[in-house]
Amino acid sequence: MSEVDLKTLGEEYKYHFVDEVRPVFVAERGLTRRVIEAISYHKGEPEWMLKFRLRALEIFQKKPMPTWGPDLSGLDLENLVYYVKPAEVRDARSWEEIPEEIRRTYERLGIPEAERKVLAGVGAQYDSEMVYHRVKEELERQGVIFVAIEEGMKKYEDLFKEYFATVVPPEDNKFAALNSAAWSGGSFVYIPPGVKVELPLQAYFRVNTPEFGQFERTLIIVDEGAEVHYIEGCTAPMYSTESLHTGVIEIVVKRGARSRYTTIQNWSTNMYNLVTQRALVYGEAFHEWLDGNLGSKVTMKYPSSYLLEPGARTEILSIAFAKTGQHQDTGAKIVLAAPHTSGTIVSKSISKGEGRASYRGLVKVLDGARGAKANVECDALLIDPESRTDTYPYIEIEEETAHVGHEATVSKINDEQIFYLQSRGLKEDEAAALIVRGFIEPIAKELPLEYAVELNRLIELEMEGSVG
Amino acid sequence: MNQLEIRDLWASIDGETILKGVNLVVPKGEVHALMGPNGAGKSTLGKILAGDPEYTVERGEILLDGENILELSPDERARKGLFLAFQYPVEVPGVTIANFLRLALQARLGREVGVAEFWGKVKRALELLDWDEGYLSRYLNEGFSGGEKKRNEILQLLVLEPTYAVLDETDSGLDIDALKVVARGVNAMRGPGFGALVITHYQRLLNYIVPDRVHVMMDGRVVAEGGPELALELEAKGYEWLRERVKEGA
Repeated sequence: MSEVDLKTLGEEYKYHFVDEVRPVFVAERGLTRRVIEAISYHKGEPEWMLKFRLRALEIFQKKPMPTWGPDLSGLDLENLVYYVKPAEVRDARSWEEIPEEIRRTYERLGIPEAERKVLAGVGAQYDSEMVYHRVKEELERQGVIFVAIEEGMKKYEDLFKEYFATVVPPEDNKFAALNSAAWSGGSFVYIPPGVKVELPLQAYFRVNTPEFGQFERTLIIVDEGAEVHYIEGCTAPMYSTESLHTGVIEIVVKRGARSRYTTIQNWSTNMYNLVTQRALVYGEAFHEWLDGNLGSKVTMKYPSSYLLEPGARTEILSIAFAKTGQHQDTGAKIVLAAPHTSGTIVSKSISKGEGRASYRGLVKVLDGARGAKANVECDALLIDPESRTDTYPYIEIEEETAHVGHEATVSKINDEQIFYLQSRGLKEDEAAALIVRGFIEPIAKELPLEYAVELNRLIELEMEGSVG
Repeated sequence: MNQLEIRDLWASIDGETILKGVNLVVPKGEVHALMGPNGAGKSTLGKILAGDPEYTVERGEILLDGENILELSPDERARKGLFLAFQYPVEVPGVTIANFLRLALQARLGREVGVAEFWGKVKRALELLDWDEGYLSRYLNEGFSGGEKKRNEILQLLVLEPTYAVLDETDSGLDIDALKVVARGVNAMRGPGFGALVITHYQRLLNYIVPDRVHVMMDGRVVAEGGPELALELEAKGYEWLRERVKEGA
């Protein structure tokens, strides 16, 4: 863990800068058949995809807004721009091919440098389109595919069609339908049998247009015995009006494979972040979700794992930090559908000021899943008297031999701990930040280093002057 | 001036007055014992010296080398060189001893402390305490036994090298081996630049940390002072003997 970095204390949200980028095409506001047709036209899609989109649009229009969970009344779906094409270039293989203004943004965010040092591949999405994708050559030679999802659709159509929308169909929920109709950008990843990708693949999502909806769609197929770690990071500048990010992530983890999907969203606090993430996990395979929700105005996100064959396992770790003006409604879902499957959920949330963090989770054991095991641990830390946390743990067990445990704690920053740390010379807010960091340590230590550092920096920033 | 001086200190918690005019001086370079029966106010005095916000100081002064520190926050007092070894150290989950101790040392010294310098100090302290390096990656006091917690307090004392230390019942709940280790740590600190007030209920600890002076508290005041022989006399005759003597004197 890094030390208190006095140099960066007191900095504001550092991704607020607005990029001077003139897009080459901007769709009219609202989501209509005409807008969908325009998106499809700009992508030069096959006919079947346009039909899929239009069917999804109907489903979206029919489904009511969710009546449970956070307040979405500030979200004006009619007024959003659903497609912004930032440049003619798509899915470039080198940063030089990307228009300079866009390239500068990613340089400012440190992406090309990270690619050189710690990553096996990088994808970068700017507003609606992936502008860059590259995977290390030796992985390409082994048959690893890491491209924009549009390219996956065109170049690997059979593989793509076999899995696309099978994990999260448009009927799943209103926002999955919205994404299915308007999707643009995201990654298509295929790891061939037995190939182990040691370094992570990372996709970076940037929203620059105001009152905009970003609908990335990612499909990851980890074939038998293969291994991969995929990281997604998100930022946006702060505008006075609301924006929307509605992603759909579909992952198929085949027999004996291992995968980990890490998301750290640090969207600006006017972003509605409504995401559906789901993995289908087959025999003896292991899938891990690591989910960090720091930014956005409202987040609804419940990464889910369906354990479909014997011995499939999953672990879902999530951290949420809600400050005033934020509602993090996050959690996890595990469906244990086969014998001897097992899953663990560890959720830690921090609420500060008038922030609200909710844990919403489902563990479902289907009839016949003999000896299935699941354990849920959710811990909430409240910083201020007006902070709020709620827990909605749903457990449905149809199988007698299953074992499901649930443990929940709510704690406050303890005055005795503060005094103890202060008596060793730490200032009151440093002591509070240290306690908060300790609270999330079991999850933070699983994060890639740069994210762990970023998380610590954010906590110190948020805790500065917050007590006393 | 080179002393920790408590002048006519009155303090209360929840409206109940605990300290009723404490006067006490620990010169730099000396180790003093503070004894007394349960409820005399010894631990309260320790916490108030460290600046525990639970207590209200009604009157008096605490002078650290001549400077009144009553208005200072606990961390400011610590940075000026005051240290309290807690009777009941709290657990701070997720924070490793190594991480915490380095932050504390940086706060104490008011500068960055490099890894090499930090490890040098910590290693010496660990050797003195017969302690395993593995403890450094444990979370602060989490799941520690009473003895481990006390040892951890002395580890912090040795690494942070305060000018004045108050040890609050560091001997309570320790077996004889652990007691010797703790005493070894405190004795290693002894020298012209260090003063300590060792709070204890029993004389036992004072066989290993031989005090220069002994103060005895009762009912919120220091009622007797003397050399190390006073502790032995108390051990032999009990606190009731002293209570009677105080009554007669009053």
